[in-house]
Amino acid sequence: MTTSPATPAAAPGGGPEKARVLAVPDLSLVVLVGASGSGKSTFAARHFKPTQVLSSDFCRGLVSDDENDQSVSGDAFDVLQYIAGKRLAAGRLTVVDATNVQPESRKQLVRLAREHDVLPVAVVLDMPESVCAARNAARPERAALPRHVVQRHQRELRRSLRHLEREGFRKVHILRGVAEAESAEVVLERRFNDLRHLTGPFDIVGDIHGCRSELETLLTKLGYALVRDGAGRPVDAAHPDGRTAVFVGDLVDRGPDSPGVLRLVMGMVAAGHALCVPGNHENKLGRHLKGRAVRHSHGLAETVEQLEREDAADPEFRERVREFIESLVSHYVLDGGGLVVCHAGLPEKYHGRTSGRVRSHALYGDTTGETDEFGLPVRYPWAEDYRGRAAVVYGHTPTPSATWLNNTICLDTGAVFGGRMTALRWPERELVDVPAERVWYEPSKPLRSEAPGGADGRPLDLTDVTGRRVVETRHMGRVAVKEENAAAALEVMSRFAVDPRMLPYLPPTMAPCATSKEDGYLEHPAEAFAAYRADGVRRVVCEEKHMGSRAVALVCRDADVARERFGATDGAAGVIHTRTGRPFFDDPATAARVLGRLREAVGGAGLWEELGTDWLLLDTELMPWSLKAAGLLRHQYAAVGAASGAALPAALAALEATAARGVDVSALLGRQRERAEDALAFTEAYRRYCWPVGDAARARRGETTGAYGAPGAPGAEDAPDGTADGRAAEDGGATGAGRATDGLDGIRMAPFQILAVQGRSLARLPHDEQLALIDRMIAAERTAATGDGGAAYRNSLLAPTRRLVVDTEDEESVAAGTRWWLELTAEGGEGMVVKPLQGFAERADGRLVQPGVKCRGREYLRIVYGPEYTRPDNLARLRDRHLGHKRSLALREYALGLEALDRLAAGEPLWRVHEAVFAVLALESEPVDPRL
Amino acid sequence: MSTTGTAGSPATDLGFLLHKHPDRAQRFSTAHGTAHVLYPEATAERCTAALLLEIDPVALVRSARGKGRGAAPDSALAQYVNDRPYAASSLLAVALGSVFGSAVKGQCAARPELPGVPRPLRVEVPVLPARGGAGLVERLFAPLGWSVTADPLALDERFPEWGDSRYVSLVLEGELTLAEALRHLYVLLPVLDDSKHYWVSPDEVEKLLRAGEGWLERHPEQLLITDRYLARRRALTRDALARLAEADDTEPECLDNAVGAPVDSAAGSVGGEAAGSGVGEGGDTAGKPVPLAARRREAVVGALRAAGAARVLDLGCGQGKLIGELLKDPRFTEVVGVDVSVRALRDAARWLGLERMTERQAARVELLQGSLAYTDRRLTGYDAAVLSEVVEHLDPPRLPALEYAVFGAARPATVVVTTPNVEYNVRWETLPAGHARHPDHRFEWTREEFRSWAGAVAERHGYGVEFTPVGPDDPEVGAPTQMAVFHKRNTEPDRGGTAATTTTTTTTTTTLTKEATAE
Repeated sequence: MTTSPATPAAAPGGGPEKARVLAVPDLSLVVLVGASGSGKSTFAARHFKPTQVLSSDFCRGLVSDDENDQSVSGDAFDVLQYIAGKRLAAGRLTVVDATNVQPESRKQLVRLAREHDVLPVAVVLDMPESVCAARNAARPERAALPRHVVQRHQRELRRSLRHLEREGFRKVHILRGVAEAESAEVVLERRFNDLRHLTGPFDIVGDIHGCRSELETLLTKLGYALVRDGAGRPVDAAHPDGRTAVFVGDLVDRGPDSPGVLRLVMGMVAAGHALCVPGNHENKLGRHLKGRAVRHSHGLAETVEQLEREDAADPEFRERVREFIESLVSHYVLDGGGLVVCHAGLPEKYHGRTSGRVRSHALYGDTTGETDEFGLPVRYPWAEDYRGRAAVVYGHTPTPSATWLNNTICLDTGAVFGGRMTALRWPERELVDVPAERVWYEPSKPLRSEAPGGADGRPLDLTDVTGRRVVETRHMGRVAVKEENAAAALEVMSRFAVDPRMLPYLPPTMAPCATSKEDGYLEHPAEAFAAYRADGVRRVVCEEKHMGSRAVALVCRDADVARERFGATDGAAGVIHTRTGRPFFDDPATAARVLGRLREAVGGAGLWEELGTDWLLLDTELMPWSLKAAGLLRHQYAAVGAASGAALPAALAALEATAARGVDVSALLGRQRERAEDALAFTEAYRRYCWPVGDAARARRGETTGAYGAPGAPGAEDAPDGTADGRAAEDGGATGAGRATDGLDGIRMAPFQILAVQGRSLARLPHDEQLALIDRMIAAERTAATGDGGAAYRNSLLAPTRRLVVDTEDEESVAAGTRWWLELTAEGGEGMVVKPLQGFAERADGRLVQPGVKCRGREYLRIVYGPEYTRPDNLARLRDRHLGHKRSLALREYALGLEALDRLAAGEPLWRVHEAVFAVLALESEPVDPRL
Repeated sequence: MSTTGTAGSPATDLGFLLHKHPDRAQRFSTAHGTAHVLYPEATAERCTAALLLEIDPVALVRSARGKGRGAAPDSALAQYVNDRPYAASSLLAVALGSVFGSAVKGQCAARPELPGVPRPLRVEVPVLPARGGAGLVERLFAPLGWSVTADPLALDERFPEWGDSRYVSLVLEGELTLAEALRHLYVLLPVLDDSKHYWVSPDEVEKLLRAGEGWLERHPEQLLITDRYLARRRALTRDALARLAEADDTEPECLDNAVGAPVDSAAGSVGGEAAGSGVGEGGDTAGKPVPLAARRREAVVGALRAAGAARVLDLGCGQGKLIGELLKDPRFTEVVGVDVSVRALRDAARWLGLERMTERQAARVELLQGSLAYTDRRLTGYDAAVLSEVVEHLDPPRLPALEYAVFGAARPATVVVTTPNVEYNVRWETLPAGHARHPDHRFEWTREEFRSWAGAVAERHGYGVEFTPVGPDDPEVGAPTQMAVFHKRNTEPDRGGTAATTTTTTTTTTTLTKEATAE
């Protein structure tokens, strides 16, 4: 205990003093150790940011309002550890300013550091007791501190000094005396695994296992020039473009030339042409080379034998290998943090961390604790849980082919077992591989196709959808879902939706055009054209808006396709669902019939072959509205019609009688008359979208014709080119013959977009091309109907969508568009949807343009805004309708929908597609004016 | 409202009684619009007063606006397309009370002798929303001395198949005092309307007592009247689930039905416990000393006790009846209720009194929103899981996901499943043939179907299964409820790989490592 007097070097007035440099890893838990008054807080304040320092005094103050209240030390230390834990979890350097002279308190901090996989570092301030006492005396709140307290601290400190490293501190800095403490400098060191400053480009090479010849071939294929020694053995390889190779480990064992592989890789690493992380096989070999007893299993025997043969020619090779293996760092974080390379995969919380646990995970992966039927440990599928931003590239588990799963990829394609040797080009994300020259080693069990990267991924997990979530989208970045909305969506998705595997898409909501100022109108196409012109969209397509219910149809060529591609278990060859994913038809047989008709139309139009697919996903409108919205119609729309129809005549009668008595009620009478007219118009408006289907349709058609003159109704059908095709007569007249029907009478389906086919999203296909494909389906249905010899009566299920292309820069064209809309709505149409013709549009600044806006007809809007909305004073108030939120919602849902289709096309696992689909449903439950 | 008169008591006395002059048209501002009083006829023989409420539909929506986002209203669409301007609703009752205030009280300053005298009265309400139909209208008004004519209005004559609307055209005739007549209308119009869109204010109890004085206490339908009059209505603001319903052109009730359907007086009693109720299962069913739901809980708890389970999951816990039962027995140290419906969980928390429980009790129970369509790590490691009256609420194609979530992922040692035995349905007298016991049942299984499903599940996931009937075991059709108890076999693969692959599933996600431990 005698060595505390100031060292000579600290003597004032000496020569230029060499400052003590304290190396501290940039992510570590720095534990200051020193008696009260030893200057810990001063030291901390000088070398670290205030937010990095957690002091026990401060925490005492937090829990008791008194920084010196020793009775709350326990609670204060809990608080300190809690905050420190949060900081470390977030990857932030943290300094603990407390005396820490007792082993027990240090032990807790070492444990905390280990829990968060960071290095604990001790900085000891070993000051003379006199200095501590003098400092304490100078601080009023500590003046009363008994002298024996400092003395006790000193004693405990001295006893601790020799044990600090054994306690688990990875670095121990002891500063003795005032001068040394004051002159010391803290230098933050980058962690060994932190190579974020290296941006490559990289070629990451999977497991090699002594397959030197395949490695040479692969490096050559990647463009590396091999450098050979005098004996012709490769000792280095360099890429002309300065690319860096990265080896994921398992260079050795099992294969024919582990020393040759080591020589080449060691040469490349030494020359700065490559990086290398260790595999479990290097680890075992390293222990063998250090003289530890290791079982020579799993191919180590071959390596040992090969190394013995090397000894003769190059006795030092063995030692160089030992040093090389010892120098390897368990994993690397590269390219600004976007790439992590390690041998067996690594969860995000371990990236850039340093602990035995991280190293062990990086080398061996995680296991469930179970063993499989071969007696081998069952690996925990960490990649399925991975949600990190960094791509993790690894090896270790032989798989038939390398595929991405959740931004991770396993490059071990079993070269030594006769598979392939695979490399990944980064940042290109291209795979390059070469076949094994032969089976060098018999695998103990077959390569499993369910290895990480299997397209099925895993069953959906609740954490894929619940809570506050953020979905990364290609076109709109991060789209957030609130917890409340996810909860509602969970209920609907679980209780009512079709099987999520059959639900790769939900349609987004659509915003209306800006509010019109035109007299008598709330919506008018002029606003839609103007908005697209402002967004730089010149050509738009106006599509007739069918007033029915939205239906998405997944049409498979047969039930086998539905089973294989979408996991259908019920033998159906597809599904038809609503906007919230519920089965559209309560009766599966009806759904099957509609799907059957669609399938025929797709086949008849030759689309299976042309689009190279055995399924397609259709966005459609199913009519009549009364088919799906029957409850709503009865309880809401027709109810209002019935109430107004009975109440207003009674009111008018009373008023007229009163007027006849000479009482002046003329103003009121006038208003009530208008009211009665509006109510009638309202009733007419909803009636247009209602007609009977199935047997009721036939029965009704038999009675009278002409009652259903509304567009879209079976009797008023238009061919794609807009001309009646004569079928109307057949529909209206030929039914009394009593031929069997398939129960679809009256049901019309208007497909307006093919969303996706096998391997491809068609959501960006221009709308004219879309509609041309769909017109062919409609034509095919007609051909089939005429050709079936009249065995069964069938209506035409598929309804065309009338359309007009408008040039937003051309006034003539815009006027024509407006006229078209006026005509459409005058004959009772719901209105139209205006969409960018090219199908997908972004503004000059890269932001998404609305994929479509709706312009609803004046009469139709009575159903939405109430019977009397057209009166000028009502319109004036209704014009204030705040479209911003609806528009934003429409864009977010659109981006999510596109994302779901893109993920589906890329063959991503179910949960990735479902995540985006679920988010659409959740957003649909956001509060927004339902009239928009 | 008309009255006839005689020479001694001219009909135009109605004007005095109502305190409104027959030769003027008067207007009054009320909370929801302008009320007009006018007299289409006013002679000594016959006098008719009309009350016409002119409602501004746009203002109605705006004043009722909930806490929507900014200025954007978040009311249900039904708020906008609304029958209020046309139907005799609570709004008309409110107007009646304020416009004819003194007449309702039976006061007449000018002719104090008039109010106490019954007169022949005729009341016409052209459009009266009548939940419960014309029959209920009759039951409500007839005991009060009215002769009732209530004609249902068709929804739309163009679509006769839609049937009648909920409105009737009402005519009441009788000899009553005007004050009585007005009070009857003041209370019974909102009761018949039973609208789900308007909150009842806290002072409604007093209003009801005042207006019901002298007739309500003796009314045979007193219970229904007070229940409906004072019922707390659903908030004006749509909740998230209602918004999803709207997105789908359906009514909120179609989705938000996890917590029993509302009792419909016209259709008899349906509903109750979320996943456990239906015809004949309520406690009120005559002739059944122990309701089936209670028997089922007994059977489930018995199975759990027999299995020695202490930590139990109630999957699809609904309103928490089974959880309450489990908490009574201290051997169940941890009970976790899981339901997908947030509303059900809220009801369960209230029913169990979670907030009033002692800490020690509260520590034994937890309620979670979860879904068996997804695997859920929170559910692993329990002794037992109960799926009581749950599977039949899933569409059959979604059963494999539930099977995997419970038997493949959560893997409790014991699983108890109960479900209706459809064969027994013929024994329910109140259940129409071919009908399911609960409107949300997607299927109901025969004993054979249940056994075959349960057997296959057990086989696939390494469980053994036993079946027990619950409720009276009919020799022909079995018991009303069937129960399966699954026990995990002790051949988990972590026993050193001795057993064959009893736990292999079609969707295995584990991967075999070539060499995870080198030592």
